[in-house]
Amino acid sequence: MQNPYLPYPVRISEIITETEDRNLKTFKYVFIDPEDEEKFDYQAGQFAELSIAGKGEIPIGIASSPVEKGFLKFTVNKVGLVSTHLHNMKVGDVMGIRGPLGNWYPWDIMEGKNVVIIGGGFAFTTLRSSIVYMLANRDRFKEIHVIYGARTPGMLLYVDELKEWEKRDDIHMHITVDATDDPDWKYNKGFVPTITDQKAPPGTDDTYAIICGPPIMIKFTQPVLEKLDYAHDHIIMSLENRMKCGIGICGHCNIGRHFVCKDGPVFTLNQLNNMPKEY
Amino acid sequence: MKVLKINKDDWANGLKKLGESCRLLGPLKDGEFHNFKELGQGELPDFNFRNTRLSPKSIVYPQSEKMFDYTLDQNDPNHNILKEAEKDYSPQVVLGIRPCDAKALSLVKLNFDTPEYQDTYWLKRFESTTLVGLACHNPCSNCFCTSTGTGPFHPEALDMLLVEDNDQFLAQILTEKGEAIAKTAGWSTEAGSDAPAQITAMKEAAEGRMTSFISAENLKNKSAMEIYEDPYWEDVSFSCINCGTCTYLCPTCWCFDVQDETCGNCGIRMRNWDSCMYPLFSLHGSGHNPRGQKLQRVRQRFMHKLKYFLDKYDEGIQCVGCGRCVRYCPVNIDIRRVCELMNRSEACPVTI
Ligand SMILES: Cc1cc2nc3c(=O)[nH]c(=O)nc-3n(C[C@H](O)[C@H](O)[C@H](O)COP(=O)(O)OP(=O)(O)OC[C@H]3O[C@@H](n4cnc5c(N)ncnc54)[C@H](O)[C@@H]3O)c2cc1C
Ligand code: SF4
Ligand code: SF4
Ligand code: FES
Repeated sequence: MQNPYLPYPVRISEIITETEDRNLKTFKYVFIDPEDEEKFDYQAGQFAELSIAGKGEIPIGIASSPVEKGFLKFTVNKVGLVSTHLHNMKVGDVMGIRGPLGNWYPWDIMEGKNVVIIGGGFAFTTLRSSIVYMLANRDRFKEIHVIYGARTPGMLLYVDELKEWEKRDDIHMHITVDATDDPDWKYNKGFVPTITDQKAPPGTDDTYAIICGPPIMIKFTQPVLEKLDYAHDHIIMSLENRMKCGIGICGHCNIGRHFVCKDGPVFTLNQLNNMPKEY
Repeated sequence: MKVLKINKDDWANGLKKLGESCRLLGPLKDGEFHNFKELGQGELPDFNFRNTRLSPKSIVYPQSEKMFDYTLDQNDPNHNILKEAEKDYSPQVVLGIRPCDAKALSLVKLNFDTPEYQDTYWLKRFESTTLVGLACHNPCSNCFCTSTGTGPFHPEALDMLLVEDNDQFLAQILTEKGEAIAKTAGWSTEAGSDAPAQITAMKEAAEGRMTSFISAENLKNKSAMEIYEDPYWEDVSFSCINCGTCTYLCPTCWCFDVQDETCGNCGIRMRNWDSCMYPLFSLHGSGHNPRGQKLQRVRQRFMHKLKYFLDKYDEGIQCVGCGRCVRYCPVNIDIRRVCELMNRSEACPVTI
């Protein structure tokens, strides 16, 4: 019997401060035992528990993509006990990772379809993983749209990659900020729901939307997608509930009979309509 | 089924022999109440009890349990790496567990032993445990086990069932584990051929003494969202003080929290029972709380026990009718009444 609570030992190989408020950092990890990397076989949309001895564990979406080998990447917002400690750690430090956990975006269903990615704030992590995955398998998808917003230009994640994607003609990028007085800002201005209204393709049987962002963004984007004729089973979301075990045992993250950690974190709006609003 | 006869002397001698090869646990008087404890050498369990105040779930699933050790000492090559804690999974025998509490272990097992993940701590201890049940001749007035798929003589999950018969036990051997401990203890006198009939008669008499029942037959077919949105939750939860007593005493509650505790450079990761009745249980780091209100938490507890569990596993409700939460809730919130409300078939319940 394998102990599902035992993390793989990893070493921090790189730390990138992502945002101007310095509250978001991306941590790159390498497995100390290369065999563990093989066991850690994941899909875009899954998460893992970052484990720091003496502090505890936090569930964090996997920001690296299954098509990127040799490392894992996570972008962590400084919030409380564990995430603050992590922000103070250095390259070379040893910690643990447990996973991959949860389900993933429905890649089998979305194959051959249009995919619209809608992200806000720092909830862009598994969306980055998804974009990198789709671009590496570009012929398996039709049109790809990305609507991604942050408060200010300095709060956008993965800026270098965003610029690269902007240059490509096989992905429609719609980057936006709530407000900026930067005269050189050449992308959109406005909230994510507004930009979605303007730029998202109409909903069809062949078009899926994946939304991740703060509750307020989701609340106002949902009616826009409905107006654009997206069916509820074509709107895909990822939830964040308080978690401990991450494997459906400790009971913390339930919504009705479902565990967000094991049956989720990815649900369609159609599924969520029939679940208590406990997220 | 094999039935043995164990008289007082055989009982004491047998336990002495058993105690040489395994740990023995049984009910002992602890202040005013009985609780399950490890028996000292030559100590006999005290069966002069109805049921223990705390459920025996802690025997398989301790309230606090070490999971891993670690060191933070930078000079140690393994610093910051969690190591499996050393554990004692040597055989143990639980004497006198009530059938309802044993049934609770088989319900809880559904949570800890899943196709995808196995909780090694719970399972290893469960596997190293032999359960010797004690039939209930006098069920408490607020027990309702016969309505929850168990009963005062219910054999499920037990390895051996003891039935007190004047100054001796009739012992039903239910599994190989039960057979093995009978052998080790030297209990081999077979009861007469009328023993099974005698046990059945005592079982029926005990069931006849039950005074409390619930009806849960409509729960399966009602929609969870419909029950969730029913109007009585405000009323049900109004007096709750979120003390968590109900969840800590309940043999079928299993939720836990994980915490790290460090002293100097050394520390442990451990898990502790937790309760959905506490606001912290579901609090996000951002301050948002999906079950921040008392109503939501009380509803969660009853919905989980009586509906979500039923829908998830189709193995009945997550309550064995032991009556503990009914007896010890400081404000008399009663799962039997809540179940009745949830089970009602009419759309608009009258208040009671
Ligand atoms: C599936 C999933 C993916 C996530 N992805 C990311 C991500 O990519 N980047 C990111 O910055 N954050 C992410 N979060 C949120 C992140 O888990 C919390 O911000 C983090 O747990 C806060 O921990 P803390 O110790 O710093 O805060 P504290 O408030 O001190 O939290 C104490 C403990 O409570 C639990 N906890 C608290 N808040 C949450 C929460 N929102 N979700 C789950 N458990 C919580 C954790 O066990 C934590 O250790 C994700 C959450 C989930 C469930
Ligand atoms: S024992 Fe009673 S008061 Fe305490 S949390 Fe349970 S229902 Fe509420
Ligand atoms: S819910 Fe109450 S009656 Fe049912 S098993 Fe738990 S403590 Fe016993
Ligand atoms: S985090 Fe433990 S059940 Fe989901």
